[in-house]
Amino acid sequence: MKTTLPLTAAALFLTSVVHAGATLYQHGRIVPVAGATLENGSLLLVDGQIRAIGNALEAPAGATVIDLHGRWLTPALFGGIGSMGVVEISNEPTTNDSGLHLDEVRPEFDPALAFNPDSEPVEIARVEGVGFALLAPEPEEHTKGGNVIAGLADVVTLDGQSPKAPTALVVEMGHHGGTLAGDNRAAAFLLLSDAFEETRHPPRPGEPRRLTEAGRATLRAVLSGRLPVLFHVDRAVDIRAVLHFAAQQKIRALIGGGDEAWRVAKDLAKAQVAVVIDPFADLPANFDSISATLENAARLAHAGVQVAFSLRANSPHEVRRLRQGAGIAVAHGLRWEQAFAAITAVPAGLFGVGSEFGSLAVGSKANLIVWTGDPLEVTSRVEAAWLNGEERTLSTRQTALRDRYLEKLRRGEAR
Amino acid sequence: MPTKRVFPARIAVVFASLASTVLAHATPSDPYPSTYVAATAAPVLIQGATVLTGTGERLEDTDVLIVNGAIAAVGHALAAPAGARMIDARGLTVTPGLIDIHSHLGVYPSPGLASLADGNEMTAPVTANVWAEHSIWPVDPGFETALEGGVTSLEILPGSGNLIGGRGVVVKNVAAITYQAMKFPGAPQGLKMACGENPKRVYGTRNQAPSTRMGNVAGYRAQWIEAQAYVREQADYEAKLRAGGKEAQEARPPKRDLRLDTLAGALKGEIPIQMHCYRADEMATMIDMSKEFGFHIAAFHHASEAYKIANRLADAGICAAMWADWWGFKMESFDGIQENIALVDAAPNGCAIVHSDSAEDIQRLNQEAAKALSRGQAMGLDLTPARALRWITLNPARALGIADRTGSIEVGKMADVVLWNRDPFSVYALAMQVYVDGVLQFDRAHPSTTPRSDFLLGQPATRGELP
Repeated sequence: MKTTLPLTAAALFLTSVVHAGATLYQHGRIVPVAGATLENGSLLLVDGQIRAIGNALEAPAGATVIDLHGRWLTPALFGGIGSMGVVEISNEPTTNDSGLHLDEVRPEFDPALAFNPDSEPVEIARVEGVGFALLAPEPEEHTKGGNVIAGLADVVTLDGQSPKAPTALVVEMGHHGGTLAGDNRAAAFLLLSDAFEETRHPPRPGEPRRLTEAGRATLRAVLSGRLPVLFHVDRAVDIRAVLHFAAQQKIRALIGGGDEAWRVAKDLAKAQVAVVIDPFADLPANFDSISATLENAARLAHAGVQVAFSLRANSPHEVRRLRQGAGIAVAHGLRWEQAFAAITAVPAGLFGVGSEFGSLAVGSKANLIVWTGDPLEVTSRVEAAWLNGEERTLSTRQTALRDRYLEKLRRGEAR
Repeated sequence: MPTKRVFPARIAVVFASLASTVLAHATPSDPYPSTYVAATAAPVLIQGATVLTGTGERLEDTDVLIVNGAIAAVGHALAAPAGARMIDARGLTVTPGLIDIHSHLGVYPSPGLASLADGNEMTAPVTANVWAEHSIWPVDPGFETALEGGVTSLEILPGSGNLIGGRGVVVKNVAAITYQAMKFPGAPQGLKMACGENPKRVYGTRNQAPSTRMGNVAGYRAQWIEAQAYVREQADYEAKLRAGGKEAQEARPPKRDLRLDTLAGALKGEIPIQMHCYRADEMATMIDMSKEFGFHIAAFHHASEAYKIANRLADAGICAAMWADWWGFKMESFDGIQENIALVDAAPNGCAIVHSDSAEDIQRLNQEAAKALSRGQAMGLDLTPARALRWITLNPARALGIADRTGSIEVGKMADVVLWNRDPFSVYALAMQVYVDGVLQFDRAHPSTTPRSDFLLGQPATRGELP
């Protein structure tokens, strides 16, 4: 194992120092994602940093030793694309900052300032093994004043920190884009190319303009290739049109949704465009998703397309279901390793946090989870969660409610 | 053909106004009767399976014999009748067909178009006169994906926008041109009611009653008062007929009212009440109301806070139909916890049900039950998979009033049976074969090459790669 090589030396060195801040997990199934899985493996944390991964690491003096008894240890999971940290209760507008309904084009809109690390869905996702998510604005319909150029998306980490710098521009296409573009999906392309045109040739003073200078700066980042565009689109022919548009404009594209992506898998593979799909989507929810199938992920992966998973629903309450979706994809033909990467390393890489999230690497801060078993199994539970080098409590408002009423039930007083 | 069907119904109405035997019922016999008849199929002998019976039992290395659409025997080394199909089920798990007590398949079908959204008659807060079955689009592809998930019976309910939304219907999950050909023969309809946020939001935003929870309760109570009067008038009329003579000759039946027919049926216990209600305190109010007017609530649906009153529900003989992990989408679901189902189950005589209310989750009721099972075990409850299986089989059958016919692997019951390729509480488990009344309706080894749904049939998009 590549990772074990430098460790012997490190371990020898460490034995000479008493490490109160050291934790050794041993006899577990260690899934680094980047690198082979270790049966009966160990992982050493020192001061919140992964110091070693190997088959029989020795505990430094003073280290806390935890026998995993075959339990699984993996990177913290991706929570998908949505409104993590900006929604408390979906139906309560005063607690919901998921959309943006300004009647103007503001590509520079950044939802970061709405992010609340104390929100209940953040806490619940964290104790369910989620470490990071993509916060993306979600315009609803033009009657509310939304725009096909929805704004910027940021990686949010579930460790109490502020969101990271914007990592993608979100654009709505397909039937949803159509409702934001005068009820015609073709016009979504028109509005988008207009905005790029204005960026390339900024209006002189006095000339009409649709974008602010900050908006043009955002689109310049797209045109220079620094910022990818996440296109939300499902219908096969629309995905193909997006690929064509992206090639024409020389911009980097990602596909979000992609219910029918398997039908254009070759095009996606050729263009090296990754797809973030909902692994639960298998019904013709509308005419953009007639060919939705649970085999979407397997077929895309087979064609060589990079696949990540996200739930379609914008509710941050349900992100703990995403690992179940990955398991469903396995039941329908995807290899386990690909399914697990689709909720760890692939999204971490796509959204620019691959050095911290999505895999276990020696030298990086601990963003890892201990599971009772296979994390894709619905019966598996989180036993320990480390984020940003700190072990996090698994107590939440929900466990407090559980404990209160379990006690009442035991006394026959749950009435 | 239509006239042929309407004719007996008319006769029934005529009889209802004359014959005292028929008068015991608030409504004439079903004018939209089930036409479902299971096809005849050869006997099936499933051999050597692990059987989770649905009653809480687990049987190892067991045979299940299906004859004439019913479970004929469960045991060891059963003899195969002549012509029986033998299934080597070693390594497979057999369960009863799964039952979803809360579905909107067909009334909110896929594709989710406004023209097909027929689940919520939100034009008045009380629409006890409407029947969900009259909205069902049997073409909904969701029926087929639910079947592939092992669901053999489901109750299709009206939505929750109204205080009293109308009648639900129990169907068998079989392909059909009409809903009548899916209708579960002899199953009672259900009455859908709704507490809390939905009705008060729908009508409150129109500046119309109800706009508050107290408005909700006043709304239900006014209806039950009317329904009680309707039942009394009917009883008076029947008494006069029985008395005979001049009284009988002059007796006039009360004017028939579809809304009151439904409510009277609920008061008499002929139509089980399925009540959408999230909060513990509101469920307690509803229980008091059921005592005030003398009806029984079969189940609270969604019931995010059922765990707070698990003892009270168990003592009242009321089931709670819940999600494994939905919460927080509205204020009344903010206290939803993943241990809800297991806690309701843990109360002495508790009746826990896992429901879907979703075209996606109905495909995986087994996985939703597995989540709740795991959470219950983590809490230290003595829970087995065999017991948890009741949440998606016998318990919903009980709350629907069909537990004498389906919901468990027991001799004499309908042969609604699923064969799983592995422990059904695994995310990787797939239903390999699904039988409804002994007829193989889904076979994963030999999947149909054409979609069952007319909607998907021949669609270019389903054929393969984009040219």
